[in-house]
Amino acid sequence: MADHSFQPETLAIHAGQIPDVATGARALPIYQTTSFVFDSADHAASLFNLQTFGNVYSRLSNPTVAALEERVAALEGGRAALASASGMAAEAMALLSLLQQGDHVVAAGALYGGSVSMLAVNLRKLGIETSFVDVNAPDAFAAAMRPNTRAVFAESLGNPSLAVLDIAAVAEVARAHGVPLIVDNTVPSPFLCNPIRFGADIVVHSATKYLAGHGTTLGGVIVESGKFPWDNGKFPGMTEPSAGYHGVRFLETFGDFAFTMRARMETLRVYGAALSPMSAWQILQGVETLHVRMERHCRNALAVAQFLRADPRVSWVNYPGLPDHPQHALVARQMRVVDDAPGASGLLAFGVKSRTADAAGGLAAGVKFIEAAQFMSHLANIGDTRTLIIHPASTTHRQLDDAQQRAAGVLPDMVRISVGIEHIDDILWDIDQALAAASA
Amino acid sequence: MTDDISTLRRILRDTRTIAVVGLSAEWHRPSYFAAKYMQQHGYRILPVNPRYDEVLGERCYASLREIEVPVDMVDVFRRSADVLPIAEQAVAIGARCLWQQIGVVNREAAELARAAGLDVVMDRCVKIEHARLFGGLHWAGVNTRVISAKRPV
Repeated sequence: MADHSFQPETLAIHAGQIPDVATGARALPIYQTTSFVFDSADHAASLFNLQTFGNVYSRLSNPTVAALEERVAALEGGRAALASASGMAAEAMALLSLLQQGDHVVAAGALYGGSVSMLAVNLRKLGIETSFVDVNAPDAFAAAMRPNTRAVFAESLGNPSLAVLDIAAVAEVARAHGVPLIVDNTVPSPFLCNPIRFGADIVVHSATKYLAGHGTTLGGVIVESGKFPWDNGKFPGMTEPSAGYHGVRFLETFGDFAFTMRARMETLRVYGAALSPMSAWQILQGVETLHVRMERHCRNALAVAQFLRADPRVSWVNYPGLPDHPQHALVARQMRVVDDAPGASGLLAFGVKSRTADAAGGLAAGVKFIEAAQFMSHLANIGDTRTLIIHPASTTHRQLDDAQQRAAGVLPDMVRISVGIEHIDDILWDIDQALAAASA
Repeated sequence: MTDDISTLRRILRDTRTIAVVGLSAEWHRPSYFAAKYMQQHGYRILPVNPRYDEVLGERCYASLREIEVPVDMVDVFRRSADVLPIAEQAVAIGARCLWQQIGVVNREAAELARAAGLDVVMDRCVKIEHARLFGGLHWAGVNTRVISAKRPV
């Protein structure tokens, strides 16, 4: 009998977790243990040699964490996954597993600030250089490629820029140069977009955001497609005996999940940014409702965007789900349909109209809007069930001057909303009364 | 070609003896990894490689035809081009399954074995499939595609 192909709604609940072998527990047990006993000296040797699969120490693997790993791998249509202590840790481990001193990265310019810091500051200190290019120009990615380029990095849906990556076009550029495309898919979540379908080789997530959804727990995940040709001569660390792990040749030994094994045994094992079993369990409680929440996030965000678009107190709205967004066709191609429209997730940005058109007026209006909100939360996270708002010019980007802020895509009057799953009438009510206060 | 979970489970459940053609005695080679894993999970490994007298504590045979015990599965770690005569021998000795490892794909050999009534698996690793369907691979974060509300048995 041919295997049945399960839909994402089912995978979100079941993938990676069958009833517990030992007890029959239906819900996922929390294996809160640092270590696992060896059955014999020979068993221990086989585990250390990677000749048999099993758990040794929770910095390397843990059954509760494994359930999250497999579930996200299944939701992304990937071959294997590795969880980490945060989204930044996932990104760092994906890059550190691939790169060494003298290598070069081509990255989208409009990235999350933490990612820019990692590439432009931290990796540069290690002798790894990054060229930042226009995310909307696949040709710019091609033009920035060098002989020593070993990775391309971009976000499927930018935060906070909301720029949409043409995944297939940039994947083609990466493929032509024999390097993997790494896509941060945090903002769409695997329910709305699967970058591997469009040619991405590695996907990273901050599971802290939509995957968890409850705003209680940090976590990250790396997913590998299983399709990248690591034996193309550019990645000797995948094909030659590993100096970091007993001379194992990862590609030869593990085939299409060799990158995940290498990231686990060479990078996670040494840098130690492991996800705790308790955190994995909490994130999985959120993942089980991912599909229900994402539909509501999309529906509410589109309604908020349409409300703001029609409001004279608002100067501009940026939401890729609006039909006249310049990249709407790309959104329609890459994102799952929700209510007959492409689901563009829950993030949007808009400008509060001010009495004076200058930067100071915009800044003041943005601050007033934030301070007048009643239940919309003023904080720096996204992807929570709650509606979250932030005024980047006075918070996350306040250390930059006006010109630097504009270069980073931050305007003085810009408010970013992570639209939650409260009742849409209540969200619109709070926005309306905050706009009234801001324009009073 | 066998590709579905229920048939792979049946093959791995019914198999007791595995003749591993091209088994290396070097511990870090994939064939050694796979055979050691299967041995640890209760299968009897019958090494087939003219270069050795003994591997994994078992007598090593120069060819399939020399093996004196019933062979359930012939597991092939050889170049795709070399599989056809191995398939012919597998049929001749009454093996029930011809398993070509990851990267080993010889359709003519597969067709020959299938016509003779053998189960045929191609381009898959016996260790990875066992770990996928009977536990273990899941702990490595791999997408096993197993969706079930039953305890694995």
